[in-house]
Amino acid sequence: MTPPLTIAVPRGALMRETLELLDRLGIDTTEVRANDRKLLFADIGIVTMRPSDVPTYVEAGAADIGITGKDVLTEQSEREVYELLDLHYGFCRMVVASVDGPDPAEEALRRLGIVRIATKYLKTASRYFEATGRQAEIVEVKGSVELAPLTGLAEAIVDLTATGTTMRENGLIEREHLFDSTARLIANPVAHKLKAEAIDDLVARIRELELTRAG
Amino acid sequence: MTLPIPSGTRDVLPDEMRELRAISDALRSVFEEAGYGEVSTPALEYESVLAKGDLAGARPAYRVVDDHGDVLVLRSDMTVPIARVASTRYATAEPPLRFWYLAHAYRQVRPRRGMSRELLQVGIELIGSGAPQGTAEALTVLCRGLAATGLRDFRVGLGDASLFPGVLEGLGIADEARTKILHELSTHDFVGVERELISAGLDRAAAESLLDLAQQRGGAEVLETVPPAAAASVEGMRDVHALLDDDVAERVIFDLGLVRDLGYYTGAVFEVYDPALGVPLGGGGRYDDLLGQFGRPQPAVGFALVVDRLHLALHAEEGR
Repeated sequence: MTPPLTIAVPRGALMRETLELLDRLGIDTTEVRANDRKLLFADIGIVTMRPSDVPTYVEAGAADIGITGKDVLTEQSEREVYELLDLHYGFCRMVVASVDGPDPAEEALRRLGIVRIATKYLKTASRYFEATGRQAEIVEVKGSVELAPLTGLAEAIVDLTATGTTMRENGLIEREHLFDSTARLIANPVAHKLKAEAIDDLVARIRELELTRAG
Repeated sequence: MTLPIPSGTRDVLPDEMRELRAISDALRSVFEEAGYGEVSTPALEYESVLAKGDLAGARPAYRVVDDHGDVLVLRSDMTVPIARVASTRYATAEPPLRFWYLAHAYRQVRPRRGMSRELLQVGIELIGSGAPQGTAEALTVLCRGLAATGLRDFRVGLGDASLFPGVLEGLGIADEARTKILHELSTHDFVGVERELISAGLDRAAAESLLDLAQQRGGAEVLETVPPAAAASVEGMRDVHALLDDDVAERVIFDLGLVRDLGYYTGAVFEVYDPALGVPLGGGGRYDDLLGQFGRPQPAVGFALVVDRLHLALHAEEGR
């Protein structure tokens, strides 16, 4: 039997809790857990990918629904996907952080009129600084954003943090809080109409699970 | 030598052109048969004239200043230009007026599958025919046209643009909060809809029941349990449905949360889906207030299909 829905499952930090959720919904994810390199599990309708690719697959209809972080959806806000549910896990904060002590970002803005911000979230960062009326040069880095202010590449960073441990260990402190991020359930616009029953059923069962857990 | 063309545009060569032409020919014969006459309007219009439509929603992206200093835009859809033609050239004509078009529209979008910046659209405008007859006629021409192209599995979502605003107004939600809620709804962020409903002062149960209303889609059963403020909209949808022949009626999905991103829709709205393609093939609806902006108030309804998406869906259906 072909599964009713193709689900895009994020690898990385959200994967464990996403698989636990799917287990509780009665989808047997043993094979996904056992196999770290395989990407497509056609018999249970699961495809795995990095979280930032989930909106791409769902928008195009290559997956009917998917799970990814609000941070990803905010960064890719132009994607045409339906955001159905806050799944209340994968809690993180999007923050501006800089080296502890007198704020180098504040000094750069005061004396140079522009601050350099290192980030993986280019659109989120530039929108935020534009909205708060500050000139910022957004420097794109692909990994270990914490390194940028320590080496003089940037005065501050915009990044996602769960516990703040990595930042603290690198001598950075949070200066501003942009928004909170949690895992979200998203759907393809056409699948949302044509596979309404399967999607509504899934959403209802997730809501029920949350009620049981909260109660 | 390779010479580039702008991002989001493309050349069409004979093999593809033949297939596109077959699609538009099939639609044309259905439109002409139904009494619609083809019109062509300038690709360039005065910005001040198109602004009478919904400039923010239709967001024309390409502007030039002409030798008199007037701002010209490349049209971003055909509905507003045809509303202009109807008011200017048919100012005293006996309604209804029936027009169809095959024309390029220009939008500054992120080019992707089925979405180019130069977008070939085909559609109709039925001016001077109100709900429910006019709406039912447009839906019938739409479905017959799609069937004539050979598309098999398409469905048409039918909603009402005034449904959700009416319900919010009925709850006494203030203008500002209502705009925020409707914005979240139009971006299809249901988490955001719930958040804004709660910050507008609704309790969780009330917010959830509205959220549920916005996601009601399916057969006639979704019209059963709606709040009183939505009763008129739902009655309108029933009236339209009752006028449809079986071959059209069976394509319809009632969708209480259906919203379109153009601000000029006033009543029934529709959107076309095919399971073989991840994006809607097109859509339309009633715009009963638009013609009034051009000087002759008349009810009107129309739809536009994106020819490339229709082509993609036909191609994808072949493989299913």
